[in-house]
Amino acid sequence: MSDDALKGYRGAARKVLRSHGVGVWSDVDVVSTKGKFTGLILPRSETADDEHIVLKLASGYNIGVAAAAVETITEHGRREAHYKIPEKDFPVDPNKPNVVLLGTGGTIASRLDYRTGAVIPAFSPGELYGSVPELADICNLRTEKLYGVFSENMGPEQYIRLAERIGEAIGEGVDGIVVGHGTDTMHHTAAVLTYMVQDSPVPIVMVGSQRSSDRPSSDAAINLMHAVKTAAEGDIAEVLVCMFGPTSDQYDLLHRGTRVRKMHSSYRSTFRTIGDVPMGIVDQEGIRYLRGDFKHRRQDRDVRINTAFEEKVTIVYYYPNMKPDIIDAIVEKGYRGIVIAGTGLGHINKPLYGAIKRATDAGVHIYMTVQTLWGYVQMYVYETGREIMELGVVPAANMLPEAAYMKLCWALGQADDRDEVRRIMLTPVSDEITEREPYNGYLVYQGAVPEVQEFLRSIKR
Amino acid sequence: MTWPFKPFDEMTAEDYADIGLMCGLEVHQQLLTERKLFCRCPAGCYSSEYEAEVLRHMRPTLSELGEYDGTALMEKKTRKNIYYRIHPDTVCTYEIDDTPPFFPDPKAIDIALEISLLCNLNTVGEMHIARKQYLDGSIPTGFQRTAILGVGGSIPYGDREIGIRQLSLEEDSCREVSDIGHDRICLTDRLGMPLIEVVTEPDMRTPQETAEVCQVVRLLCRGTGKVRTGYGATREDVNVSVRGGTRIEIKGVPQITRIPLLVYNEAMRQCGLLRIRDELKRRGVTPDTFVASSFDVTRTVAKTHYQPIRLGLDEGHRVRCVVLSGFAGLLNWTTQEHTTFAKEFSDRVRVIACLTTTPNIVHSDTASEMLIVRDWKELRRRTKAGEQDALILVWGDEEDARTACEEITIRAKEATEGIPSDTRQALKDGTNGFERVLPGAERMYPDTDLPPMAITEDRLDRIEAQLPPRVWDRIARYRALGIPADTIELLCVSPHAGLFERLVDGLGINPTFAAVVLVQRFKALRREGLGVDALLDADIYDVFRVYGEGRLGREAVVVLLARACLNRADPDFEGSPVAGELSAMACDPVSDGEVQAMVADELAALDDSLFATDGKKYRYVTGKLMARAFGRIDGRRLADAVALALGVKCDERRRQEVRV
Repeated sequence: MSDDALKGYRGAARKVLRSHGVGVWSDVDVVSTKGKFTGLILPRSETADDEHIVLKLASGYNIGVAAAAVETITEHGRREAHYKIPEKDFPVDPNKPNVVLLGTGGTIASRLDYRTGAVIPAFSPGELYGSVPELADICNLRTEKLYGVFSENMGPEQYIRLAERIGEAIGEGVDGIVVGHGTDTMHHTAAVLTYMVQDSPVPIVMVGSQRSSDRPSSDAAINLMHAVKTAAEGDIAEVLVCMFGPTSDQYDLLHRGTRVRKMHSSYRSTFRTIGDVPMGIVDQEGIRYLRGDFKHRRQDRDVRINTAFEEKVTIVYYYPNMKPDIIDAIVEKGYRGIVIAGTGLGHINKPLYGAIKRATDAGVHIYMTVQTLWGYVQMYVYETGREIMELGVVPAANMLPEAAYMKLCWALGQADDRDEVRRIMLTPVSDEITEREPYNGYLVYQGAVPEVQEFLRSIKR
Repeated sequence: MTWPFKPFDEMTAEDYADIGLMCGLEVHQQLLTERKLFCRCPAGCYSSEYEAEVLRHMRPTLSELGEYDGTALMEKKTRKNIYYRIHPDTVCTYEIDDTPPFFPDPKAIDIALEISLLCNLNTVGEMHIARKQYLDGSIPTGFQRTAILGVGGSIPYGDREIGIRQLSLEEDSCREVSDIGHDRICLTDRLGMPLIEVVTEPDMRTPQETAEVCQVVRLLCRGTGKVRTGYGATREDVNVSVRGGTRIEIKGVPQITRIPLLVYNEAMRQCGLLRIRDELKRRGVTPDTFVASSFDVTRTVAKTHYQPIRLGLDEGHRVRCVVLSGFAGLLNWTTQEHTTFAKEFSDRVRVIACLTTTPNIVHSDTASEMLIVRDWKELRRRTKAGEQDALILVWGDEEDARTACEEITIRAKEATEGIPSDTRQALKDGTNGFERVLPGAERMYPDTDLPPMAITEDRLDRIEAQLPPRVWDRIARYRALGIPADTIELLCVSPHAGLFERLVDGLGINPTFAAVVLVQRFKALRREGLGVDALLDADIYDVFRVYGEGRLGREAVVVLLARACLNRADPDFEGSPVAGELSAMACDPVSDGEVQAMVADELAALDDSLFATDGKKYRYVTGKLMARAFGRIDGRRLADAVALALGVKCDERRRQEVRV
């Protein structure tokens, strides 16, 4: 029995299958001390235990039979599942804009991975057309799979290659770019792409899904349609994130890459623009711009790609009782930059002062952001703030901690001089620092408050 | 095949054998847990109030083996907007699919395993949660989380065994509020309630048998005392087929008494459709020669006075006509009681094209009051249809009217093949209507959000050790004890069935008396608004114990229990609700001699001239003595003593009757 025929099975279960001369995709009767079970042996997830054999019953249900209880297994035949997403040629219409979808992972259409029990994405234009045929009404779509990683596994290598590939695609004349991405670190990638890819003549739209596309109520198809629409027809030639506005199937919001953040571990409407308002709303009808201060689509191809990146940068999330040895250890390990997410207006406790001083003296660049996420660092209000600044910590205004982190990686990738790094950090590329915070840039409504309930009652969420 | 069908009441088992009727059941039973199955919301809290709405659309997805499910594709065609009404008291972010599932409620798994064991099922070693796709919007995720706990069991029925194919544990779906046009509105309060589905093999042969087996399964579940009761807590799907027909699922039957007529009508429908297929074949219309065409006839009927079409035209709707070659006359053929073949088309148009206002079609086999003769003539000319062809008109907005024509064509073609596999809804008049295409195994998909969960031997042993007696064994035992027939089933599902055994075996209480008190008298007290369900078994036991010692009259038992209910309901009352009452009412046992003396005293004081017969005297004296000795001496004992003293022969029937 080959390894493949016992896919995922280990230990006792594997032994039982082997001894009865059956394997994955065998159609069998299993007689156990619990009675008789008839079905198709399925591969086993590698993370599951080694004591059960998985059967698919005729009804479509799966069950596990305890290997230890098995008395006999009789094979009636074999029936291998060949999973294939229906593939249809993506239609080409010379009058429609050309969009390229760069895949890094995440799911638009997907299938089950028996090995891990997780889902793996389908990706070719034909497969996408088979799953979301509406795409052909919007554009001519080309796809390129750069990576197939979960978003937590994205890193400098992927950022750099992605930025370079975006530059090349723009050179090739595409009308818009969509980047498929897992949602967990989508805002990190959105920020770093904003710095690395500047003056793009076309929209660069990041998209993902909060419910995988193997679920009927997935947000994947709607997100993809809206992202493709934004890339094909939109006027905002910037890095955007396109994800659900409300949890209902209504519209997506377009967020600026440096001001967006994932704010809920599982909600569909998890992405929010923080400390500002989103760029636009996109639905079936089209795109509605919510503000006018964006870079417009151009016909030239004059994009600037700068993939500088320093990996030795960290974020320190301050907490009361933080000990200075943490900072010392970071410096000792050769880190060149630290972004602190401080309390309130940008504070840390006094016992850290010594370590901070030692770090800045050693040439480490330290920037202060706020863990409240909303609001500016303001280190003049309290004496603490002034003392911290004297230690060499630079206030990073209202940069989000993740946006500041990516900015510092990018800045240190191209400079080491204190003033130069400071100039890069504090000169906004695209609103990572804004001059003003509009009053409606901070909206975290509280449930059960009568007027909020009234609002919820009157709208679809 | 006998056609036309005999009326429902006249059908015999032989008639059903003649058409080859086979029925199976899927019994859904909610479990009595504190929480919902996959989240921590309270179970059993229902309210149609809501504070917000969530809108969702459903798209078909691929099965684990790479197939699309037919039902899913059908639902996609309907383009429904599904609005979920939500209230924070009954749902959390899990139900609206914005939070992944929590581990399933262990108590629900235990109850499901208990019922699996009672059904003699082979229990699985590992529970795999599957997603069963439902794109009709009944669940916001688009699938129901469900898991098999046992397969291949059986239950006895008469002198044979009925196979139980499987038992699964699943989450309940939404309650539908309305479904009009492309908008469906659902309530989410019931969503996520733990539920088991018991699926039988198609082993039933008559409508009556089907209902009886359903009752056995229902009693089996309720006999555990761990399932919910009340309207909607148990719901049945009935699978029906006839020889040459196909398995049709009639969904959501809320009462067992409705099963027989539903089965009868479905059997008739299948026979009727087979008859239509044969007639089409005779006319040369087969799947290969089938021809249908559709036309926009808005202008042809622009001047019609037929109100439904007139209203549509005024709203700017299009009218389309489908010509079914060789179908003339068939649309009026009977398929169910008071139902013709035309309804098969109307149903599809309603469900799939979302033209929900009926009538939504008119056809050329109807009498001329719908459209005038000239209209039909003009339509035949416009569509080049012959006399042998049937015409069906539909109206709606452009896209819906087109979808309707496609569906009519699909349904007509299916008629040349026989009976399409449908899921059908049970209607109040005993007929059924199209609900959706019958889903296949393709709609099952492993739930990747939760790992498989082992069902350990320890767990099964623990449940096995506390298993209540099987319901059929209980019925046999109750019969043997002489308990009246109308009390047996109620005792099977009574929460006091265990107490009953202790009263009979432990205290030697007369089984019929115990059963009647625990079931019938409690039912009466409950009707009077007394909270008998709040009484503890221990309290009831105490009352019977004192009765058993002869220190309490039979009549006093219920009176005392009623007072105990009042005490229990009184928030200021402390201690045992029965102890005080017992010490007030119970007395030392009264000897036969004392009873005889009481009777003699009473008779001595009587003016004989007032009574015409001894019978009247007997009734008067007994009544008087019973009032005097209430609570201390059994009424029956007093009556016997009076009868003895007067030499009146007691009516045997009345003596056996249980009076409490």
